[in-house]
Amino acid sequence: MGLDHYLILSAVLFAIGLYGAFSKRSAVVILMSIEIMLNAAAIAMVAFSRYIVPTELTGQVFTIFIIVVAAAEATVGLAIIMSIYRNRDTIDATKIDLMKW
Amino acid sequence: MPYQLIWVIFLLPLAAFALTGMGTRLFAKDRPALSGYISVAAIAGSLILSVWALITVLSSTGHELPVPALDWLVVGSLNVQLGMIVDPLTVIMLIVITFVSLMVQLYSQGYMHGDPGYHRYFAFISLFTFSMLGLVLFDNLLITFVFWELVGLCSYLLIGFWFQRPAAANAAKKAFIVTRIGDFGFLAAIILLLSQTGTLDIGELNNLAVTGLLAGSALTWAALGIFFGAVGKSAQFPLHVWLPDAMEGPTPVSALIPAATMVAAGVFLVARMFPLFESSEAALLTVAIIGGVTAIFAATMGLVMTDIKRVLAYSTISQLGYMMLGLGTGGVAVGIFHLVNHAFFKGLLFLGAGSVNHAAGTFDMRKMGGLRKVMPWTFVTFLVASLSMSGIWPLSGFWSKDEILASSLANQPVLFWLAMITVVMTAFYMFRVIFMTFGGHYRGDGHPHESPRVMVLPMVALGVLAAVSGLVNVTGGFGAFLGHGETHGFIEGLFGIFTHPLPWFGLILAGAGILLAYAMYSAQWLSPLRIRRFFAPLHTIFSRKYWMDELYENVITRLVLMKGIFAGFQLFDSHVIDDGINSRIIEQGIVRNFFNSLKFFDEKGVDGAVDGVADTTLGAGKRARKAQTGQLQVYGLFIVLGILAIILLAYFLS
Repeated sequence: MGLDHYLILSAVLFAIGLYGAFSKRSAVVILMSIEIMLNAAAIAMVAFSRYIVPTELTGQVFTIFIIVVAAAEATVGLAIIMSIYRNRDTIDATKIDLMKW
Repeated sequence: MPYQLIWVIFLLPLAAFALTGMGTRLFAKDRPALSGYISVAAIAGSLILSVWALITVLSSTGHELPVPALDWLVVGSLNVQLGMIVDPLTVIMLIVITFVSLMVQLYSQGYMHGDPGYHRYFAFISLFTFSMLGLVLFDNLLITFVFWELVGLCSYLLIGFWFQRPAAANAAKKAFIVTRIGDFGFLAAIILLLSQTGTLDIGELNNLAVTGLLAGSALTWAALGIFFGAVGKSAQFPLHVWLPDAMEGPTPVSALIPAATMVAAGVFLVARMFPLFESSEAALLTVAIIGGVTAIFAATMGLVMTDIKRVLAYSTISQLGYMMLGLGTGGVAVGIFHLVNHAFFKGLLFLGAGSVNHAAGTFDMRKMGGLRKVMPWTFVTFLVASLSMSGIWPLSGFWSKDEILASSLANQPVLFWLAMITVVMTAFYMFRVIFMTFGGHYRGDGHPHESPRVMVLPMVALGVLAAVSGLVNVTGGFGAFLGHGETHGFIEGLFGIFTHPLPWFGLILAGAGILLAYAMYSAQWLSPLRIRRFFAPLHTIFSRKYWMDELYENVITRLVLMKGIFAGFQLFDSHVIDDGINSRIIEQGIVRNFFNSLKFFDEKGVDGAVDGVADTTLGAGKRARKAQTGQLQVYGLFIVLGILAIILLAYFLS
């Protein structure tokens, strides 16, 4: 198992997340997909840190930041979804198009 | 004492913010006064340390304190350090910010008494003070920008403090968005400077500009970008529209944000980066012109407002124009001197307006009058501040305004005449306020009374400073402290100023303005109504604020941004050109007959061409806007495709 394996795993996870974020209709699933992308980035960071600068913990520190930010983002995101649902009775992302001309 | 104490100045308000924002709000909800005490104690500590810093800087050689720096961000070759500049400019700003903040917070304890958001108010105001202190202390443009934005955020929170009221919420949004337009220029300048020089350290950048290593168009554009940021923050033309609306916030906030500190941030920034401006004639000229034009432009609108706070708002814009004019023509000391004096007398004027509102329950001057007898303290302090602002000897405003006038006469004679006309207007509208508010008989239907002592005391303290703060430069000492100018004796400076004709001229003009206000609003020799009718078109233009709001709202926001540029052209055509020009000129019948003969040509030739162009662009717009589906996912997909394209391009090209 080398760095490549971790990076491939990270890339695959990121692609899955990206696909989910752009193709799913449910806002909750989109949020989950974004979390997957964040985790993919975290894996890449830890892997790089472990293999390139094993004596330093830069990547791990960044990952902890990512985890914290992801938690905050999930909180805010779910709260927004809740209030959209209360206002519009739907969380279908294709129906939330207030920005349309 | 160790120099690390400078950090304490800046961290005390942050601690107060954390305590009042989280601690007392959660655990001492039934004791609101506690938040006020914490904030006031913190800012008082900062003030004491600022005075210590001032004394230390004054007594140290080279007028600069070395404060150890911390590493904050290291990315590649970019190393952002948390270092501080503690030089004369900084300590002067520290004193102004902490002192005015302290007075405003003391005053707020009376003004905000019983408000359900009492904790929140003091938390925000501490955060604001913290951001302002950070803005003036740090020596790196990137960090300055961070605090610059924090100040913007705090202004948003404070202006929209009573967010239940739609007007306040809208004013907050407007302040935030309009200043953001200016911030864009600032950010662009930062990026430009980084790409040109590889450093963001203010001292190094200024050195590069002085030694000529940074020169040419890059320097000019960077200076203009920084100035554009200052235009937004300091409410200069054409981004001044947010400041009058910002009056929706609580009045002490108006004293702190639009008057004393936040708007001064723009002036401060220009002063801080002054070597950049000095090395570029075009940039310096722009500063002077924008300043001079803003001064007279805002003063005209101040002439006709009936809301006491709006008059003060426009006078603030006008005085900020003076500061910019002073910077553009006379250098750092001239502009900053007026900034200091202005902070004191304008802060006081706003507190006075708040006191009047506290008593009369309104800001409408038509419903006031006769308050001189019931509110003697407010009246006297307000009068001192007004005289000071009008530039009456020997109050502070006289000294700084005289310097600005002298330097503009020496460098930009045209702007000098604009500034002179503004002197008359300033005196006139300030005394219009005084006569309408404090003179004559009470016209409202409340029972006015003097404000509580906790509100009067800060006003008296500010009043003393508004009267005497100008004296620090009578000897030229203030200018010498900031790096140039010669000093002379106090008595010689105090009376010797009248050996020049210019101060006489300024005093006569200010006196004329006061006399005119007296004739119109107190003695009633001239009927304001008749004068208004006589100048009806001008009055309409001034009181509608030159239609700037409508211009931004309808033309730029609604048409260009919301309906798309293409559709905008057609509406602009039909509304502005057709309605504006056609209806006004044709219906007023100036050249009706002449037009009739041209009607055929007009309808077939001109309309045909204009409509044709409009229809074509409209059609194109209708088709082009289909790409905007309003769905974030589609936008996101295009972003990803774009990034992929860039990556592929970079991959194949390298």
